[in-house]
Amino acid sequence: MSLAKPGFRTPLSRARGLGAAKHGVGHFIADRVSGLALIPLSIWAAYAGLKLAAGGYMAAVEWLAHPVNAVLLSLFIIAGLLHLRLAMQVVIEDYIQGFVAKSTLLILNYLVCALGAALGVFAILKVALLGAF
Amino acid sequence: MTEASSGVRERPLSPHLQVWRWHVTMLGSILHRACLMGLYAGALMLVAWALALASGQQVYGQFIAVMGSLPGKLVLLGLTFALFFTVASNVRHLMWDTGRGFTPKVADTIVIAGIVFAIVATAGVWIIAGQTGALS
Repeated sequence: MSLAKPGFRTPLSRARGLGAAKHGVGHFIADRVSGLALIPLSIWAAYAGLKLAAGGYMAAVEWLAHPVNAVLLSLFIIAGLLHLRLAMQVVIEDYIQGFVAKSTLLILNYLVCALGAALGVFAILKVALLGAF
Repeated sequence: MTEASSGVRERPLSPHLQVWRWHVTMLGSILHRACLMGLYAGALMLVAWALALASGQQVYGQFIAVMGSLPGKLVLLGLTFALFFTVASNVRHLMWDTGRGFTPKVADTIVIAGIVFAIVATAGVWIIAGQTGALS
């Protein structure tokens, strides 16, 4: 991080001296709220994993056909990937210094999590609504 | 981050990891982050599980065969611990957010409690898995 170069900041921005202030609050709240939601969801997921591991394919399809399981698993995937995107973002910001590498990874992190959530929820809905085939 | 209007200013450097004596809250912080990175892969594996299920019996069978292999089981064992330790960490951080539990004694105790909880819960889940025939 080089402060010797003024970079893209405007003179007004430098005079205010606030840096990136106020942008971190949204991150913090999203992190804590998703973390709170994940406390019961994770314990449910461990219970669900035990149940699924004991059964086969048909048992898993039947399990996911139940609306409560389909909704909770969707929530677990969405809240989980939101929480993990925020966690990974901080790790990238902490350890990757080059502007291009950092930006690329931050964008990739966003897209991987969004794609994962979309694929996961779609797959859940497909099984829940259409069943086995 | 503040910046003096004059522009250039020497910034203090934080001490490197190597000059710190290891202490419990540091271990908790690093373990929390490591667990989250593991769970990142784990979340994508969960998505792959849902996709395999949606792809039919044959693909699901292949996915389960990979997860049921010894390396697969070891990964799942690690993920079970990571999940429970992250739950404990989230509880701990919510407590710290209220401004409580910052004395070294209490902070150390709740980190250790989190690790113990994660180990016990992981062992419990895998013992139950063994009893229900999920591991065979």
